[in-house]
Amino acid sequence: MKPIGPDSLMILIPAFNEEGAIANVVKEVHSVLPGVPVLVVDDCSPDGTRIEAINAGADVISVPYHLGLGGCVQAGYRLAFELGFNYVIRIDGDGQHDPRFIPAIFDKLKTSGCQMVIGSRFINGGGEHTSIWRKLGILFFRGVLRPILDKPVHDPTSGFVGVNKDAIAVFARSFPLEYPEIEALVVLQRRRFRFEEVPCKMRERQAGKSSITTLKSVYYVIHVLLGVFINILKYGERRSK
Amino acid sequence: MMNRLLSVTFGMSVLLIGVVLFSVRRSHIRVEYSVSWLVAAFVMLILSSSDFVLGTIANLLGITYAPVALLLVVLSLFLIVFYRFSIVISDLKDANIALTQKLAILEYRIQDLHEERKEKD
Repeated sequence: MKPIGPDSLMILIPAFNEEGAIANVVKEVHSVLPGVPVLVVDDCSPDGTRIEAINAGADVISVPYHLGLGGCVQAGYRLAFELGFNYVIRIDGDGQHDPRFIPAIFDKLKTSGCQMVIGSRFINGGGEHTSIWRKLGILFFRGVLRPILDKPVHDPTSGFVGVNKDAIAVFARSFPLEYPEIEALVVLQRRRFRFEEVPCKMRERQAGKSSITTLKSVYYVIHVLLGVFINILKYGERRSK
Repeated sequence: MMNRLLSVTFGMSVLLIGVVLFSVRRSHIRVEYSVSWLVAAFVMLILSSSDFVLGTIANLLGITYAPVALLLVVLSLFLIVFYRFSIVISDLKDANIALTQKLAILEYRIQDLHEERKEKD
């Protein structure tokens, strides 16, 4: 896997126990973007995720113990940074993110000059296949983030995200380890980086089931609020020095 | 009542010092991480064996019943020890994650090199 040209793009797919969906996701990406390298970061899955991904034509790195989503995504950013990729677009391994929207994110990244582009399910209406609780959570975090980011964000929990090399360099060094999407937005904002959103549709997961329980949802809200607060303190202090 | 509490604290301090030293000797605890426990245990030992020191501290803190001062000092010491270990654990976790990611990336790159060499051959 090597970056080719000034617009070198890598597709990053973190995966844990996605043997039922990962092959389709990789094949779909290859059919939409032939020749673009696809990196699957296997989070020490006990099932056949790694083999399925390799057989589908992806490059795979496997971490030796379960790191969680943030650790896996950061491993992908680290490799992209080391290899010199200029753009990375991350999609989920369960098939919820439709790869047909990757070109829209990529075009926006290249033309807008912003450091991050989010695939948003809530621009132009939308929001299908999203539970009522998740919608409520998203509404809550929209309100929390609005004054911090100085602009509205429609889908702050979306993992369908593209970043350019400036953001790759930042994330390779420092990336939130648990529930990273919202905190990552704050990390970038504190560095005066910009983000844009493009509309995209989400699908039902193609296989497996979500690991999010009610208890985890409560923990998620507390954890993310604390993470946002700490990031504001951390980078505010650094900038004032 | 007070004497019994001081005796129990004294006994616990001696026990803690013994257990920590034994653990260091058996390499169950590294020397640098035994220091916090030993300092805490020695402070407990001194406070529980000297009425004068305990009384002085109680006066300084404005506490009329000296054993309360002893409990407050012991609680504070252990909070400091726990806080220190939270920092150590967080550092270890960060290092562990960074090493894990590096290992996975290196494994991938070695495999990539092998495949490149095979293609050349």
